[in-house]
Amino acid sequence: MNEAVLATIVAIAAASLRLATPYLFASIGEMFAQRSGVLNLGVDGIMLVGAFAAFYGTLTTGSVWVGVAVAMVAGLAMGLLMSVISVTLKAEQGISGIGLSLFGLGLSSLLFKVLVGTVKTVDGFRPIHIPLLSDLPYLGDIFFSQNLTVYVAFLLVPVSWYVLERTPWGLTVRAVGQNPAAADTLGVNVTVVRYLCVCLGAVLAGLAGAALSIASVNLFQENLTAGAGYIAVALVYFGGWRPVGILMGALLFSTVTAIQLRMQVLGIEMPSDFAVMLPYVLTIVALTFSANRARQPAALNQPFERGVA
Amino acid sequence: MKIRTSLMATAALSLIVVACGNAATTSAPASSTPEPSTAPASEAASTAPEVTPAPAAEPFRVAVIMPSSTTDLAFSQSMYAALVAEQEKAGGEANFEIKFTENMFNVPDAQAAIRDYASQGFDLVVAHGSQYGAGVEEIAKDFPEVSFAWGTDVNTFGLPNVFAYTAAAEEGGYVNGVLAALVSTTKKIGVTGPVEVGDAKTYIDGFTQGVTATDPSIKVSKTWTGSFSDVAAMTEAAKAHITAGADVLTGSSQSVVGSIGAAKDAGNVLWFGTQSDQVSLAPTLVVASQVYDWTVVLDDIITKIQSGTLGGEIYTLKLENGGLKIAYNSGYALAADAKAAGDKAIADITSGAVTVTP
Repeated sequence: MNEAVLATIVAIAAASLRLATPYLFASIGEMFAQRSGVLNLGVDGIMLVGAFAAFYGTLTTGSVWVGVAVAMVAGLAMGLLMSVISVTLKAEQGISGIGLSLFGLGLSSLLFKVLVGTVKTVDGFRPIHIPLLSDLPYLGDIFFSQNLTVYVAFLLVPVSWYVLERTPWGLTVRAVGQNPAAADTLGVNVTVVRYLCVCLGAVLAGLAGAALSIASVNLFQENLTAGAGYIAVALVYFGGWRPVGILMGALLFSTVTAIQLRMQVLGIEMPSDFAVMLPYVLTIVALTFSANRARQPAALNQPFERGVA
Repeated sequence: MKIRTSLMATAALSLIVVACGNAATTSAPASSTPEPSTAPASEAASTAPEVTPAPAAEPFRVAVIMPSSTTDLAFSQSMYAALVAEQEKAGGEANFEIKFTENMFNVPDAQAAIRDYASQGFDLVVAHGSQYGAGVEEIAKDFPEVSFAWGTDVNTFGLPNVFAYTAAAEEGGYVNGVLAALVSTTKKIGVTGPVEVGDAKTYIDGFTQGVTATDPSIKVSKTWTGSFSDVAAMTEAAKAHITAGADVLTGSSQSVVGSIGAAKDAGNVLWFGTQSDQVSLAPTLVVASQVYDWTVVLDDIITKIQSGTLGGEIYTLKLENGGLKIAYNSGYALAADAKAAGDKAIADITSGAVTVTP
């Protein structure tokens, strides 16, 4: 195969891993919330708050680790808010999630305006070249020369699978999402489990925001996510509420996006509007053919009322 | 009951924050309005201390509605900066009042804001976005005594109280292209655009012509992300060009901050800006920026309004009328012959020796 074509394929593969990272964090987090029965549509807002928090923490202290910590705390706060609204107060989950999204958009824009004012760049996570492995031809450039958030995001896939499918706590979460009344009779505190899952999801969404603002683009701008949080929610459905499925979905979407952005560089003539549509169209098509509603947690989107079931 | 209460709480919370964060309506710059503020949504946002004594004469009052923020380093900022310059020229806030509503990506919200300002009796309402046209046409008919200006477009709808303005972005694009061709050593140049419309398209068309006229062997490849605001896509598009060997990049819209970031990360990739001076984002990598200076347009509009003409004129920012300027970055050591070629391109376009087709 011609060297230039090969280099392009390597570049596309590396870019697709990079682009999949925020989706992986957010989707796996959202998967936990949904597996416990809570549909959190506020992911986009949490990502925005996390992205701003990470950016601001890094900007003021110069340390990406402070940025990460602040993003997690901000995500946690948003998760607690969502939990109070949807678990304790039992508000309709879809609507309150949209409210949380708008809240996050407004809050992050407001804080950005008040605290920062104009677009600034920060020194974010740098690519880490893993010794030896990054010297491998092609594979080294694709898999072993990424920034830390990419490695962590991909590690989350097996870890979250293990937690959910192989630990007692994972079993409890699944039980709460399938049949909260039964779990309740067995002495499981449904409210606590749902709080934990929503908050875990929100912390991961905060990290997704950080992966955007201090690893991918190294700056913050109003509405930085441009709706990525909603794609993340769609990926949970796409992936059939399983980490591996989510990984496939995120990679499909990010690969098509990476190809689309390189189409013109490759010299493929295609109207730009069509190219831009491609990732979304493919996602919808794939979603249609892979829809596996059977896997949906039975109690998803249903507030738990003790004694009413 | 519980559900309803919490729903309302969420909704109220969101509304408050969205109102003050996302669509802030503020008076500018060191807010002190001569009369109590009645701007839309300003209850939540305006913290203006009202201490200025009332001026002797009525101030000239301008309201502007913008798609992004006044600090976007691009389209919206270019208009806001021009208004502030007009304010200084007029002798400050007492004589020239500015109210602005930013982040009006949502067209129906923008129309509501335009109508609000019109009903408050502003002398001039600037709808700074080509997407606001339909709203301006409708509202201008209802407020014949208020003057409206909108752009970028060339249509006044035949109304006597509407001005239209546009920018010949291809002209500065051409100059940037000439310079880019001379500073590129890999002979590959990348363009990151938002959507193939308006001044993003004309700028990039002009840029390509400038490159090709200077060095036909250079390959200019373009990427359109499909969004004016998706910074992550812009970053990735810029990275795609850089991996393919491009050593000079340009692009348009407020999302190019992503491309500039990617150029900065690469370390040795140069950038050409448009709309506003983008030096602050990468002080050593920006070679030159095409800067929109709307004061040329505003000067004439204000004079016309003060003499009783409320509209009917169409303006175009050009190199020739000083509405477009090429801002060279003093932090980048541009070779003397390249600068000379850039200046020659400016002179040629100004004199008409070179025609750039949009």
